[in-house]
Amino acid sequence: MHNVVFGQYYPSDSVVHRLDARMKLLAVILYIVTVFFVVDYAMYAALFLFVFAVALIAKIPLKVLFRTVRTIVFLVLITSIINLFFTQGDTLWVHWHFIKIYREGVERAIKLALRLILLMLFPSILTLTTTPMELTDALESLMSPLKLLKVPVHAIALIMSIALRMIPILVEETEKIMQAQKARGADFDTGGALKKAKAMIPVLVPLFVGAFRRADELALAMDARCYSSVAKRTKYRVMRFALRDLFASLFCIAVFSLVFLNKYLWPFDEMILSLFGSL
Amino acid sequence: MPIRFDNVTYAYPAEESDLVAVREVSLTIEDGSFVCICGENGSGKSTLAKLMNGLLQPTVGVVTVDGKTTATEEEKELFAIRQKVGMVFQNPDNQMVASIIEDEIAFGPENLGVPREEIGERITYALEAVGMSEHRKHTPYKLSGGQKQRIAIAAVLAMRPEVLVLDESTAMLDPRGRAEVLKVAEDLHRQGITVVLITHFMEEAARADRVVVMKDGRVVMDGAPEEIFRDREAIAKYDLELPVADALAASLVEAGLPLEDKIYGESALAEAICRSK
Repeated sequence: MHNVVFGQYYPSDSVVHRLDARMKLLAVILYIVTVFFVVDYAMYAALFLFVFAVALIAKIPLKVLFRTVRTIVFLVLITSIINLFFTQGDTLWVHWHFIKIYREGVERAIKLALRLILLMLFPSILTLTTTPMELTDALESLMSPLKLLKVPVHAIALIMSIALRMIPILVEETEKIMQAQKARGADFDTGGALKKAKAMIPVLVPLFVGAFRRADELALAMDARCYSSVAKRTKYRVMRFALRDLFASLFCIAVFSLVFLNKYLWPFDEMILSLFGSL
Repeated sequence: MPIRFDNVTYAYPAEESDLVAVREVSLTIEDGSFVCICGENGSGKSTLAKLMNGLLQPTVGVVTVDGKTTATEEEKELFAIRQKVGMVFQNPDNQMVASIIEDEIAFGPENLGVPREEIGERITYALEAVGMSEHRKHTPYKLSGGQKQRIAIAAVLAMRPEVLVLDESTAMLDPRGRAEVLKVAEDLHRQGITVVLITHFMEEAARADRVVVMKDGRVVMDGAPEEIFRDREAIAKYDLELPVADALAASLVEAGLPLEDKIYGESALAEAICRSK
């Protein structure tokens, strides 16, 4: 049940865990944009190195980190295979019956796989080192400029945190209802997808009714504790952008700008190859 | 800071039900008292509780807290009342907003605009008062029902209330959880907080210094627990169930055993019976 409350959170006492969640969130957004600009193998290697280094500092075992990649293995394989067979190029490497594999296809398949894995890894570090509660706070803080446009930022953040709070309770309730139905002869495990889906209806109805009842009671309890969406509230938990956050941001920006330098100014792969050629 | 009911009637809005939950109740809850309101399901005891802090406003009559009526549309005035009259509900899971205990307790003070440093102090105080200090950074999810209700009480205490209303807060708990919550309520009462305990367990009523019995929305009995427990006719009439020990004591007195006329717990009664030889 720990998973339901903390998501993927991997508790550990590291600098990365202690970094400001807003900074981490922004870094991940920038990173995702950056990954789409990576061209050279050398740059892919550099980014992998970067991710591993951050994981090392965060004291996250690589095994834990790569667990998150498992979920996209299928996606990686499919996209790579499609690219492998359907990319046309100049250098034909394999020609067997109707199958033609070009050098460009191989290269594209590899780079796509690497890109997808990179896209999965770094955001995973964010969710492994930051609790959902911190992430909610970070989102609230980052969205606060939207208040000027009359967006109810605080209410949105509160809804998210209540949702987080209710997930384990609803999961437990679902299990209870399913057991109650099973005790009365319901069958959730056999039959095709359609039959299984139909078997869920008697579970969902009481679950929803219960959720609405809970929402009603929660609203009453919040009223009793003087909650108002308009009144000025204080906030107990504050986020501080500390010196370490500044250093971490600078480090990320340095690595990310390398990607753009590589794309527009320094072709690393060619430079490395010519280095070997001159030897 | 007494809570005063003056000829209060409350009828639920017609579209919800045509139930008149509270009828012509006049009642004063004195400062520093420990009042137990009991009655069977549907007797209006929970509605009475919700009238105390303006969650519900009387259809007829007036409820005043500290001389101020709860029938106000002003959020500020309502909040002033709700800060003074804290309320804990029945289901511990349905009254928590946060996933971490200290955030949960901070919620009330945050709503009141208490400065941040002071919220920290209040959390420490509230958790200590309910004996849950070591759980400050944990999630409430793994706690027992009794512990969750203690957290809910702490969340109210952090708002520095003068009255604590426990609206059937023990109804969903096992005996151990009930004992935990009652102990906390008694401790707080000793520290000067007025406690209003809504319950259908008569053994909880024995701990109060005043018992109010409700039936069909009316107050039908009001007095010290000894007085109420002694009136066996009324007890039967209002479907109340005496705690086993006290029902036994009453029967023994009736049968002529020389027992003192007071409320016993189980062990005290056993001792008294042994001594009466």
